[in-house]
Amino acid sequence: MRSDTGKLSLILLMAPFALWIVLLIALPQFGIGYVSLREKVGPGEYELGFANYTAFLGEPIYWNTLLRTAWMSILVTFLALVVGFPVAYYIAKIARKRARAGLFLLCLIPLWVSDLVRAFGWIVLLRETGIVSSSLQWMGVISGPVELLYNDITVIIGLVYTVVLFMIVPLVSTLDGMDDAMLEAGYNLGGSRFTVFRRIIVPYAMPGLVAGCIITFMLTAGSYLTPILLGGKNSSWFTEQIYNQFITRYNWEAGATFGVLLLAFTSLVVWVGLRLTGQSLATTVAKE
Amino acid sequence: MYDLRCESVIKRFGNFTAVNGVSFGVPAGSFFSILGPSGCGKTTLMRMIAGFEHPDAGDILLKENSVLNLAPNKRNVKMVFQHLALFPMMNVGENIAYGLRCRGDAKAGIGEKVRAVLDRVGLPGVEDKQISQLSGGQKQRIAIARCMVLEPDVLLLDEPLGALDLKLREHMKIELKQLQHQFETTFLYITHDQSEALVMSDNVAVMNAGRFEQIGPPRELYDNPVSGFVAGFVGDTNRWEGRIDRLVDGTARVALNGGGSVLAKTGANSLREASAVEVFVRPEAVAIGRGNDGATLSGRVDSLLFNGANSRILVRTETGKLVEVADTSGATGFNEGDPIDIHWHADRALCFARDAA
Amino acid sequence: MKASLKLLLAGTALSLVAGTVSAETLRLMTWGSYAPEELINKFEEEYPDIVVEVTFSNNEEMIAKLRATGGSGYDLAQPSHDRIFSAQQEYNIYKPLDLSQIDTSVMSENLLEGVKANTTIDGEVYAVPHQWGTSGIMTNKSVAPDVTGWNDLCDPAYEGKTSMRLRRTILLGTAFGMGMDPFALYDDPEAYQDMLDQVTEKLIDCKSVIKTYWTGGDDLAALMLSGEVVVSETWDSTAYKLFGENPDIVFVPPETGALAWIDTFAIPRGGEADDAAYKWINFVMRPENVEIMSASTGAIAAVPNGIDLLPEDKRAAVQAAFEDTDLENLKFFANIPAGIEDMEGLALERIQAAQ
Repeated sequence: MRSDTGKLSLILLMAPFALWIVLLIALPQFGIGYVSLREKVGPGEYELGFANYTAFLGEPIYWNTLLRTAWMSILVTFLALVVGFPVAYYIAKIARKRARAGLFLLCLIPLWVSDLVRAFGWIVLLRETGIVSSSLQWMGVISGPVELLYNDITVIIGLVYTVVLFMIVPLVSTLDGMDDAMLEAGYNLGGSRFTVFRRIIVPYAMPGLVAGCIITFMLTAGSYLTPILLGGKNSSWFTEQIYNQFITRYNWEAGATFGVLLLAFTSLVVWVGLRLTGQSLATTVAKE
Repeated sequence: MYDLRCESVIKRFGNFTAVNGVSFGVPAGSFFSILGPSGCGKTTLMRMIAGFEHPDAGDILLKENSVLNLAPNKRNVKMVFQHLALFPMMNVGENIAYGLRCRGDAKAGIGEKVRAVLDRVGLPGVEDKQISQLSGGQKQRIAIARCMVLEPDVLLLDEPLGALDLKLREHMKIELKQLQHQFETTFLYITHDQSEALVMSDNVAVMNAGRFEQIGPPRELYDNPVSGFVAGFVGDTNRWEGRIDRLVDGTARVALNGGGSVLAKTGANSLREASAVEVFVRPEAVAIGRGNDGATLSGRVDSLLFNGANSRILVRTETGKLVEVADTSGATGFNEGDPIDIHWHADRALCFARDAA
Repeated sequence: MKASLKLLLAGTALSLVAGTVSAETLRLMTWGSYAPEELINKFEEEYPDIVVEVTFSNNEEMIAKLRATGGSGYDLAQPSHDRIFSAQQEYNIYKPLDLSQIDTSVMSENLLEGVKANTTIDGEVYAVPHQWGTSGIMTNKSVAPDVTGWNDLCDPAYEGKTSMRLRRTILLGTAFGMGMDPFALYDDPEAYQDMLDQVTEKLIDCKSVIKTYWTGGDDLAALMLSGEVVVSETWDSTAYKLFGENPDIVFVPPETGALAWIDTFAIPRGGEADDAAYKWINFVMRPENVEIMSASTGAIAAVPNGIDLLPEDKRAAVQAAFEDTDLENLKFFANIPAGIEDMEGLALERIQAAQ
């Protein structure tokens, strides 16, 4: 009797979660996978096959864009790490306990507005008649207006800004658990600052570091608004290709194929990253 | 020749003076303990010696050379941390090799040195184990080995036994002393546990409120404390408050609060008649039966506390005080409620001025 | 306020009495500014049983959304006239119109016939015209007075100060500018591909000249008004609006002919309020309502005196931009045969991806 009610409450508890997983994650993925395998043979006529995948391989624009998206995402992840680590270290180890919550909140504030608003914020700042350009002119640094939008550097800056928080959070929580005595032991045994950083702090932070990298990489590779709006005429992002296939070219089959490929490719990159750092999903993202 | 010497070291945090003019020297190859309650400044003192804090005044010398201007990683003092601070991301061998690699030892020699030091701490062949696979005592020894492999001038130990359970702690006390003998290195040990300090040390400094109250061998601290704080902190003792009403040749008659009076030797400090004092008598100095006047109390057995060689009889005196009496045999045949007389040798009762606190 | 309250009530009613609605809802999917609040209020006053729900969209999204739902979810859509035929053949997302329900007499004869000709499948008509306008060039006279056609967008003299929308219109415009006639090549895919290759090459070269691609009217307006862009491909309606704010900004019909589009009314196959849809069509085509609509959109209604029904400032802008010869020279978008859009899509992707 007791175990029956226990089972029932377990089922009731798990039901929303299971429904969520099945209906909103598993089913759409299967749907996308299925659509990607449909070959269009005529108006309204389809057959199962891999034509969409061979079409992807046959068109350099597509796989070049995928590779470009991947390497720029890796670069963004790396930069987010470079920017985020000192911030996380400061919050977790140097800032006073009372200041920590405030600093954390400051990091969170950009998330209170949508991606779109943040991207427009950058546009207002960086456009030719924007604040940065006119301030520089006013200060006499440059003689004429300068266009700071529509190039890769701006896209990367915008992306780093968007994702750096997701690097900071797991790093803070990992570094927070590190006993200061560990660092002192590192110095006491003769380590220089660099040695302590390389041999103690980084290995200790590795689970959070890898988790942060996975999250930022996936977010970056899957981002849409920032690269499109800041990249303008020179943007070339794989999600844009997916959007184009679905919306402007009505080619759901190709769009689904690209979606599957993006998921597979980014998963591959993450897998390689985990192998290289000797971590696993269980020790990083899924860490308790 | 001192391996470590501190001269009038002062450290302040804001308005709070954590270490207030401490001077001492640790002879080469000895086991020196700093004993004091938490918050007395002993950890701050140790962190200054290690280089994690900078003194506001005074000097710290290693092998008679000032180290004030040396960074922590340049000082040849190594430290065993309270929670050991072994590196969890390295295995045992890497933990021990860390310092050697920082020092720039040739790769070829490192493995040999690691093996040798593991042999000496009695844990041969554990190089490849993870830290999490070790027991508490093994971790302790690895933490010491990690320091000793660097052959430091002084090894600092910051209450390293605090986290161990009682049985292991008793065992490790002896083992630490043996290790110190074996390595012939100067140990500076800080603790709040007087039994650890007494068992292991050649010399003990008792620290209170940023100052050293007394430095000396354990027996001297125990038998001839120079202050009420030392008398109360080192070893078990009975403590009665009272007021001197007569003082003759270093012996005072003390009227105890609550009634009755006892004779007690005064310490070196200048006590006068009518001074408020505390009288200390160690339980093992108290014997059963009547003794001389002024060194005898009567009462009833309140309770019997059996603890093997440390057994006690608690006596409730006629004036209501509880007195601990050592009962080494544990077989005196008394029952609770029995009337009892207790006495002690007049020399074994000491009185000191009562602390303002 | 009143409309939203009604919406709320309607929504509540819908959720309470699934299926049976007390007030009918007209779910309209149309272009931004094609459903001015003023008109909606007026319509709801006239037909108290009907609540209008508006979704703003564009050609591609309209078709994508209808395709996703198999033509349901909306009761009236407004794609351009060249986006009906192939979408209907391919995805079957519209239903035939009952022309007896529409007062076609108010519509301008030639536009109505043109749209009918473009959207008749198996004898059934799928769309009627609503408004028309053109795509051409917008220029800031004070900076770039000599702009005459599509080729000026890639003139190095305006380096960093031109813009365009990277959609099929610019492919067609550029082809006309290069002396070709894409509509004539529709039936010859090979020749069309050849033309597209030339256009692609030209537009890739052009990337160094243009500042960026605009994506919507607001985006374009900001670029022009700030002076960051001085010559751009544009919808004429956008240019007319900007003319009101800065009289130096004018619409220039390209010498090869402005590209004319007609936005239509079409009923999605799963539409559930055909009656309300017809009422809306007839309502907005009434002369007094046409004026309100054109004031909002800047486009010309498909009625015989459409230009006269524009608000004064916009009429002035049109008259300043178009001479009679320009009107005769309009190039109406022709129906896109199957396959052509794919070729164009790939060309657009190549241009976007070129660095």
